[in-house]
Amino acid sequence: MKLEQADEMWLDAHCECSIAELVRLSGMSEAELRELVDYGALAPISAQDAEWTFSGDVVLTVQAAVRLRDDLELDAQALALTLTLIKRIRELEAQIGNLRAQLPRPMP
Amino acid sequence: MKYKDYYQILGVERDADTDAIKKTYRRLAHKYHPDVSKDPAGEEKFKEIAEAYQTLKDPEKRAAYDQLGQHRPGQEFQPPPDWGRQFGDTQFSFDDIDLADLFAGLAGRGRHAGPHAGRQDGVFRMPGQDYEVTAHITLDEASRGATVELNLTVPEYDERGRLHRVERSFKARIPKGATDGQRLRLRGKGGKGTGGGPDGDLYLNIALHPHALYRVSGHDLYLDLPLTPWEAALGAVVEVPTLVGPVHLKVPPGTHAGQKLRLARRGLPKPGAGEGDLYAIVQIVVPTVLSERERALFKELADGSTFNPRGHFEREIRHEA
Repeated sequence: MKLEQADEMWLDAHCECSIAELVRLSGMSEAELRELVDYGALAPISAQDAEWTFSGDVVLTVQAAVRLRDDLELDAQALALTLTLIKRIRELEAQIGNLRAQLPRPMP
Repeated sequence: MKYKDYYQILGVERDADTDAIKKTYRRLAHKYHPDVSKDPAGEEKFKEIAEAYQTLKDPEKRAAYDQLGQHRPGQEFQPPPDWGRQFGDTQFSFDDIDLADLFAGLAGRGRHAGPHAGRQDGVFRMPGQDYEVTAHITLDEASRGATVELNLTVPEYDERGRLHRVERSFKARIPKGATDGQRLRLRGKGGKGTGGGPDGDLYLNIALHPHALYRVSGHDLYLDLPLTPWEAALGAVVEVPTLVGPVHLKVPPGTHAGQKLRLARRGLPKPGAGEGDLYAIVQIVVPTVLSERERALFKELADGSTFNPRGHFEREIRHEA
C-alpha cells in the first residue's frame, strides 16, 4: 500500500478559517452561514471585515450541526438552536475537563 | 454479499408505511446520533439505523430491497438473476460489495455528494468523501510532534460510479501543538474525487494516552506536587519534572494544600507559537509511620504552637446565630 505524506491544519481557536473555506468544509451555503450569524448562533472573528473569518474550532461545530440537520431533518431555526447548544455543551465539557485535570490523584 | 434486515434494524413491520418508518427513524436517531448520544456504541448503532432508513424511506430503493427477499441477518445471499438489470443502470458484481454500497449506487450519492456534485460534459463530478479516524499518541509525541501510520477501510467510487471498500494506508505527520480531543485536518487525504471533483479530507481525532504524572487540559498540564508539612510551612526549593527535563521550583513559606504553583510555558506547545503552562498542585503529605524522633518533634510542635486551622468554625457559627 502506498504511503502518502499529508499537509495538516489544526481545527481549533489557534487558526482562522475564511467563510469560503467554511462553506467548503461544512457543505453549508454562504447564505445559510450568514443566516446563522444573523440568528446569533455563529460569530465571525470580526463582523466589520469585508471578508468574514471564523475561529478554526467553528468548523467542527458547524460540521456537527450539518450532520444533525441532515440526519434529523432540522429547519433553519432548529439548526440555529442546535448550533448554540452544541457550542454550550463543548464549553461545559472543556470546563469539566479542566476541573478534572485539577483533581489530585490518590497518593501511591 | 451479507444480508441485513433493515426492517428489523428499525424495529418496524415489513408492511409499515413511510410515515411510520420516518417516525421510528427519528426516535432512534434522537437516541443514538453520535453528536447527541454519549453511548459508546451509539455511532455504530446510528450508522445501521441511517443505512436502513436511507433505503426504506425511498420507495424505489425499498422496492428493490424487498425484491432481494428475506434472509437471516448476516447470511450470504445472491439477488435474483434479473435484479441488477431491473434496478440498476449497470452490471453489478455482488461478491465484493456491502449492501449499503449497493443501494447508495442505485440512486444519488448521499449527503457526501454535497453542493459541488453534478454532471459536466456527461461526466459525473463529485468530491471525495471525508474520512475520520482517531490517532492515539503519547504526551511526548504531542510535545515533539510525531508521524503516525493509519490504516483505514473506506468506501470509494470507481470510474463507473460504483462503490467498493478499499484498504488505504496513510503516513500522517502530527505537528507540535496537538492535545487531547483536538482535530487535525489533512487536506485532500480523504476519498478520491471523481470526474475532476476534489479529493476529500482526512480528519484525525487526537487522543492522548494517559500519563503517569501529568493531566492535560488544553495545552496546560497539571502535576500533583507532594510536600512535607515542614516544606509547606517553611518554604523550600524542590525539583519538579517537566516535559523537557527537571526544573527547580521555589515553594514559598506558608504554602497550603491545593495551591497551584505555575511554571509558565512548561506545558504543551501550542499550534503556531507559544506553550501552555504547567501547574504543580500542592498536596501536603504526612508520614504514615513515625520514628521516635519524628514523633517527639511533632509532639513538641503540637504543644508549642497556637495555630488553629478550625478557628473560623466557631466564628461562623456565632455569626450565623
